[in-house]
Amino acid sequence: MDNAISVVGLTKSFGQAKALDGLDLTVARGEVHGFLGPNGAGKTTTIRILLGLLRADGGTATLLGGDPWRDAVALHRRLAYVPGDVTLWPNLSGGEVIDLLGRLRGGLNAAKRKDLLERFDLDPRKKGRAYSKGNRQKVGLIAALASDVELLLLDEPTSGLDPLMEEVFRQVVAEETRNGRTVLLSSHILSEVEALCDRVSIIRQGRTVETGTLAELRHLTRTHITAELATPPNGLAQLPGVHDLKTDGATVRFQVDQAELDAVLRQLTTHGVRGLVSQPPTLEELFLRHYETEPVR
Amino acid sequence: MTSLTGTGTLVRLILRRDRVLMPIWMLCMALLPMGLASGTASLYPTDAGRQGYIDSLAASPMLLLFYGQKPAEPSLGALIFWRSATGIVIMGLIGLLVVIRHTRVEEEAGRRELLGSAVVGRHAALTAAVLTVSGASLVVGVLVALGMISQQTPASGAFAMGFAWAFAGILYAGVGALAAQLTTGAGTARGIAGAVLGLDFLLRGVGDVAGGGLSWLAWATPLSWVYKVHAYTDDRWWLFAICAAVTVVLAYAALRLSARRDLGAGLLPPRLGPATAPASLSSAFGLAWRLHRGSLLGWTVGLGVVGGVLFGGVAKTASSLLEGNGQLTEIMERIGGKSVASDIFVGGSLGIGAIAVAAYGISAALRMRTEEAALRSEPVLTAGVSRLRWAAGHLTFALLGPTVVMAATGLFAGLVYGASTGEIGRQVPRVVGAALVQMPAVWLLTGLTVAAYGLLPRLSPAVGWVALSLCVLLGQVGAALQLDQLVLDVSPFTHIPHLPGPAAVPATPLLVLTALAAALTAAGLAALRNRDIPVT
Repeated sequence: MDNAISVVGLTKSFGQAKALDGLDLTVARGEVHGFLGPNGAGKTTTIRILLGLLRADGGTATLLGGDPWRDAVALHRRLAYVPGDVTLWPNLSGGEVIDLLGRLRGGLNAAKRKDLLERFDLDPRKKGRAYSKGNRQKVGLIAALASDVELLLLDEPTSGLDPLMEEVFRQVVAEETRNGRTVLLSSHILSEVEALCDRVSIIRQGRTVETGTLAELRHLTRTHITAELATPPNGLAQLPGVHDLKTDGATVRFQVDQAELDAVLRQLTTHGVRGLVSQPPTLEELFLRHYETEPVR
Repeated sequence: MTSLTGTGTLVRLILRRDRVLMPIWMLCMALLPMGLASGTASLYPTDAGRQGYIDSLAASPMLLLFYGQKPAEPSLGALIFWRSATGIVIMGLIGLLVVIRHTRVEEEAGRRELLGSAVVGRHAALTAAVLTVSGASLVVGVLVALGMISQQTPASGAFAMGFAWAFAGILYAGVGALAAQLTTGAGTARGIAGAVLGLDFLLRGVGDVAGGGLSWLAWATPLSWVYKVHAYTDDRWWLFAICAAVTVVLAYAALRLSARRDLGAGLLPPRLGPATAPASLSSAFGLAWRLHRGSLLGWTVGLGVVGGVLFGGVAKTASSLLEGNGQLTEIMERIGGKSVASDIFVGGSLGIGAIAVAAYGISAALRMRTEEAALRSEPVLTAGVSRLRWAAGHLTFALLGPTVVMAATGLFAGLVYGASTGEIGRQVPRVVGAALVQMPAVWLLTGLTVAAYGLLPRLSPAVGWVALSLCVLLGQVGAALQLDQLVLDVSPFTHIPHLPGPAAVPATPLLVLTALAAALTAAGLAALRNRDIPVT
């Protein structure tokens, strides 16, 4: 399959600090790919390497079929980037920045520019120093979204946006993908990821720890089980995949890995199940489990 | 006074934030006159020796521009007060910079807001900044006085000198406080306050050099009062009362303005910009033009037009001062070659102008670093602009901007000088040539800054400014300290031929300097292409 982004075994150090430690990332053309990880996991470093701003120490990265470092200028005409903290020139108006960045990339879709200014409710006449954090972010978003590019690299693009504008952002990105645009979206906002992303990659300490569709990731996680049994259970704790077992008389609570669910339920029924509550994992739990600071195996 | 609540805490905050920077500049300033006194005392132990030294220095109108009128008596203290007058200007510069650093910079960065929400009075931040700088200046003053006493100079003169230095810092702290209220950007505030200091310096210098009908200028500005204290000879203590009164007025005005405006706002309301970009803003060069045009205009008008007119206007007067004095003419010929006195003055002025222009070139080159550190290079470098093209936009202004300013300085100096001698047609090309001949040295310093920016981005501001300071030091005091020619040769300005003058211009040093500048620039750009961006 033709991938928009293909990264294998990427490494990058800043002095003593290891920012990336063999990171893998594959983004197919036309998909919205969620890029998740705790602060300092290496998301921004990865995106900057993809932009040809930083040079990787090792590993390979391919972007739209080109080398991000060598072919930077040619590739940049085909992509747009929004950083998590858009900084503007204090004496340039928002409209001037939008036009400048669009023209540098080879032209701006004037109709889209007008439409986005309205939908994001941005006054383009204000000077850079007069914008609030959220409004600076809007300038960056409009500059990126108003140009007809193949790939959008968005690094926590909605930080500082109010919920209303967050919703506008989701609608616009959804429209963009319908037009065949590819999006790499780094985000901490789980509802945003859930609403927009086809697949996600979770990274931690510079490595990819999980990648797949949200359904696949859910499959890898644990289901909460509360069961009321006829007789107190035994042997449950020894079963593979059972975690955090708490026994209160004949009532047990535990979590079980999705893959072991069948075997565990079989064991339960031997004790006579009187009641059973099963809760699927929430997205939050999914991420929190990966964000916890346990060492990477 | 609830409006001052928290002032003490904020003073401690400033001291904590500047705990490294402040002791360094205080110590440097305090040691400067003592060192100069000790060196001079061993070189010129007698009154007669010092008188000869003073006369030889005072023969150059350029040095009068810096030091003011020569002292009435050749005592060691009087000589050092006169000779170290540049320190007064530096004290003023430090005073305004530090006040703006702790007022408008904080406000622009949004940190004032955080403080303002705490139990802090409306006037506390501004008051704390002015108080801290004034206190530090007074400590410097006392240290200067103690240092001078340690060199066996009279205590009353030593303290007059110390307070003169202190009040330079205090007065311009007041100027800085006022400037910080006017604009929303710290850069503009620094520009305004710095321009006030520069203008004061120029007016005072012109008054001292031209004398006669213009000598009132030497009394007209705050900076001139500090000069006119004339420590060790006149010890005009009453001038300090005026200095203190003016500082209080400045600080009061700043507080009143501060009270009338909103947090983050300036005196002038921020204007709306255009909703769409003009056609000129379509490329990396177009952006560079927008970012650099203000300072280019400022330098062209400030140094090129105003400075050029002043240099050219004073030249004839300065030369007539010298012409009756055979001995001085002989000395001048030894310094500047067989030239007429007015030529030496024009050449010397343009040499000083070139140092200032080099500061402009360095700051324009460092704009790349500012853009990178503020993460504003990223959006441009990820929008189809190569690194070289991005750098080329800024370098156009860093290399050609100073050339334009220098040419303008030469043009206006030549026009006014030529008009005063009735030979415009001859003087304009001569003086423009004398101005442009300085450019290879200016480009070399810019090139060095670019090389540092590519190779050692974090250190590039330090490299650029230290190199320039070294050139100033070698040019100003190198010859007086009788340093070895090899040391003097480190400064590119040493190799610039003395123009205008009768001698033929040797092409080799100019070509070598230009080639070095090109090589350094190329090295910096090559490094920039291969390194990570941003390095923060």
